[in-house]
Amino acid sequence: MWQRLIEEAPAFFGYYNLIFLAEAAFATFALSAVGCILGFALGFLLAVTRRTLAWELVPLRAVAFLFTEFFRRVPFLVTLMLVFFFFQTGGVDLSVFTVALISVVLIATAFIAEIIRAGLESVHHNQWDAAAALNFSLWQTLWHVVMPQAWKIILPPAFSFFILFIKDTALASQIGVLELTYAAKVLNNKGFSAALVFGSVLILYFALSYPLTRLGVWMEARLATRRHR
Amino acid sequence: MRHVDIVDLVASYDGTPVLDGIVLGIDRGQIVSLIGPSGSGKSTLLRVLMGLLPPKGGHITVDGDQIDYGKRAQVRHLRDRFAIVFQQYNLFQNMTVLSNVTIAPVKIKKRDRREVDREAKDLLAKVGLADKLNAYPDELSGGQQQRVAIARALALKPEVLLLDEITSSLDPELVKEVLDTIRLLAGEGMTMLIVSHEMGFVREVSSKVVFMADGRVVEEGAPTEIFDRPQQARTQEFVEKILRH
Repeated sequence: MWQRLIEEAPAFFGYYNLIFLAEAAFATFALSAVGCILGFALGFLLAVTRRTLAWELVPLRAVAFLFTEFFRRVPFLVTLMLVFFFFQTGGVDLSVFTVALISVVLIATAFIAEIIRAGLESVHHNQWDAAAALNFSLWQTLWHVVMPQAWKIILPPAFSFFILFIKDTALASQIGVLELTYAAKVLNNKGFSAALVFGSVLILYFALSYPLTRLGVWMEARLATRRHR
Repeated sequence: MRHVDIVDLVASYDGTPVLDGIVLGIDRGQIVSLIGPSGSGKSTLLRVLMGLLPPKGGHITVDGDQIDYGKRAQVRHLRDRFAIVFQQYNLFQNMTVLSNVTIAPVKIKKRDRREVDREAKDLLAKVGLADKLNAYPDELSGGQQQRVAIARALALKPEVLLLDEITSSLDPELVKEVLDTIRLLAGEGMTMLIVSHEMGFVREVSSKVVFMADGRVVEEGAPTEIFDRPQQARTQEFVEKILRH
């Protein structure tokens, strides 16, 4: 087997294959990054919306709740199909990559909203009361008081989710998005041995998720400590 | 004109009525103590005054102006003039003692940081915590946390200070240090509304004592009137019970 791998290697690592893999890796990276970053921002807004008290915001809270519960329960693949056919029946012609982007953002938003909600809930109610009595606005309360205490609850599950999420983007291959898993199948079908193809893809997935793990560790050290001396 | 006038105030928690038509007037510079059994609505009254629980009926006027608790701007303005010390201190766990005291004046009132720092250090020295500026709340004893909470409230230079059972979770030695701090303030002419179970203290510092039960004011008067010559049967029963031990 080793001999075969060594024989195949020069052809496999040829210029066009490398470009092809790089493109695929970039797609996986883009899907993950946009999903995680936009998902975090929107998830944060949803979680905060659910934490508001004003009665004028009741409809908004209901939407936030339904959105979170719905998209956490629908399988990723089904969401992809939903988005795909939603735009198709609407007569909007989107590239499969855009469809995948929208799907990952929907899913990540729902999951991260729930992780952040748990973080917000973990901060004792008397901290909110004290901030309110001192005239903090909602955002000042979150920024100065609540988030500094919530990070340690939010960051570990958020980063485990991100790492699962990078791997889940592989499902986008099912609607024809050229990302790492799709690329692997194409190269495998071209006749390159599975070990070589999937081995390379495995390394690329690792290369994408390992820095993320390090970022998580770094952020926990920076944000999730209660001591800022 | 009353500094704070509370008329027919009604409030409830999740549909359970807690305040049932409170009538209470507080003059400028007066120290009013609320006493009564647990569940009589004393702490709730402070929460409503502070805008932490919206009232269901009645009204509150401050210097003759009626406060509409549904209007954010009015609640903000009110919170600029009132400060509360919570029973559970409610110090910000992620901040040092000094930051707990300075954050609102610096970040919310946008005052000069150096000036605020100086005042905060003076206040903390006044309550005996000059050596704890960089400690975190969970490194302090209950009495020390309570005094930080008092310093935090005072740093806002409030017209009216609300104190919610500030000695109930302290051991007897700490009670004395906290009460000494309040005595000091009482001498400075700030309007105060105090919820307390320390009857000796209440008798000593109060200009007026208000006995509450079941969300209503049963009786009010000078400390000697309430403690020595209570008129209502409910008050007599309460006073008798607490004086017996």
